Amino acid sequence: MKQFRNMAYPYVVWIAIMIVLPMLLIVMYAFTKKGNDVTTFRFTLENFTYFFSDPIFIDVLERSLVIAVLTTVICILLGYPVAYIIANANPKAKTMLVLLITLPMWINMLVRTYAWMGILQDDGVINGILGYFGIAPIKMLHTSFAVVLGMVYNFIPFMILQIYTSLTKMDKSLLDAANDLGANKLQRFLKVTLPLSLPGVISGITLVFLPAVSSFFIPKLLGGGQYVLIGNVIESQFLTSGNWNFGSAISLIMAIIIMLSMYIAKRVDKDTSAKTGGAK
Amino acid sequence: MKKERKIISQIFMAIMLLFFYAPIIYTVVFSFNGNKSLTHLSGFSLKWYEKMFSSSDMMSGIVYTVLIAVIATIVSTIVGTITAIGLSKSNNVLKTMVERTNDLPIMNPEIVTAIGLLMFFSSLGIKKGFVTMLLAHIMFCIPYVMLSVTPKLRRLDPNLADACMDLGATPFQALIKVIVPQIMPGIISGALIAFTMSFDDFIISYFVTGNGVNNISIMVYTMSKRINPSINALSTIIILLITIVLVLINIIPLIKERKQVK
Repeated sequence: MKQFRNMAYPYVVWIAIMIVLPMLLIVMYAFTKKGNDVTTFRFTLENFTYFFSDPIFIDVLERSLVIAVLTTVICILLGYPVAYIIANANPKAKTMLVLLITLPMWINMLVRTYAWMGILQDDGVINGILGYFGIAPIKMLHTSFAVVLGMVYNFIPFMILQIYTSLTKMDKSLLDAANDLGANKLQRFLKVTLPLSLPGVISGITLVFLPAVSSFFIPKLLGGGQYVLIGNVIESQFLTSGNWNFGSAISLIMAIIIMLSMYIAKRVDKDTSAKTGGAK
Repeated sequence: MKKERKIISQIFMAIMLLFFYAPIIYTVVFSFNGNKSLTHLSGFSLKWYEKMFSSSDMMSGIVYTVLIAVIATIVSTIVGTITAIGLSKSNNVLKTMVERTNDLPIMNPEIVTAIGLLMFFSSLGIKKGFVTMLLAHIMFCIPYVMLSVTPKLRRLDPNLADACMDLGATPFQALIKVIVPQIMPGIISGALIAFTMSFDDFIISYFVTGNGVNNISIMVYTMSKRINPSINALSTIIILLITIVLVLINIIPLIKERKQVK
């Protein structure tokens, strides 16, 4: 079967050039100053000290993390019940509901986010409905509320699907056993269903938190031009101010934060599955 | 008590579905709006559809999106499948090395992959435009194809290809006549994922494109700064196409099943 082995080699060359090299470029630019090229390469931490010494950037980083955590928490609180209801529906309703949840995901994120602009505007659909009831228009577009709403809207299907899969994989006889042993409905949920679905919640968290931290078009469209998250800073460094070195350093900082949180999530996942007897 | 709980959960589901579909309904309704407003309806008209079809910017955006998605899907499906087959016969070191590297564009935030590619193309002096966008799309599509082909290969009996060659087939014949048909479902789902990933991509395309080469996502992003209901018309067409395809994919197996029961 040696003949087939050679078929993998061209791709190894391709990923070295198209995946590894660009990543190395980010690291290289992050640790050098503008104007340096390969021949005058000089290591510096200036980009990082600049970022952490400027309160504006610390604010942006903090805001991005707060918004991402808030989005993730709301996605769990709203997504869990949805997944639970779907998992306990009859088979026909189940396939229908899963289709209904996944269908919007196939439609371009930009298109769906753009639509929210019209809905949330000062004279938009929601304020129009409120107006019928004599409620004064509320400013919604270009606020944190709009940004969080846009993120929850775009990322919650990932959470629902992850929790749903872990709920359907669950052994239903465990609930009967708990019932026989005298557990009431609440106890059965808290002691059996919830721990067994935690792996789904955790993989949902990584799928929501990661795009939420780095998102830059949702804050731009729904938060307005003044609403800056870390993704927007990176975008402007590359596309407007042209400071690749600083932009690379910021994306490296962001990537490290994300990797750390993924690592923690994986550890928690391992701990909980160890506690629940390795249930997957 | 039980009934109450059921009603509450139904109301909750209804509200969540309304939340999911509100922007979609909004887009479709306002694409037929008689005036330019994005907030007030007045009469039915098809003028935004006319505007869309007569706008050369929008039409070229659609053409680029489809063209890149089709080429990227074909290339990444072929390369991804070939590589996955090759890796299934390789040693574990190479296998894990490639798999870990493939994880990078999947696990990394898209913006990080995007700026890496931007700097890479620029330092090579490649002019940003169609070629860079296509290369980038092929790059991020292949890992997804491999992810859906590899599990199918793992379940394949390794003796099959050997048996085939013992019977006198060349390695190429064994590949085409035995291996590929066995893993076809994985190849097809990989191609579907690749197509949608490419068709919907915004962040990577936005960073690596130039010279007026835009796809639909970039167009929506740049046009959203001004009121432009033609976007709603375009979105409605996309929504319609995707709904039809998804409904067909989900209904055809049901109909087949019913026929078999009869």
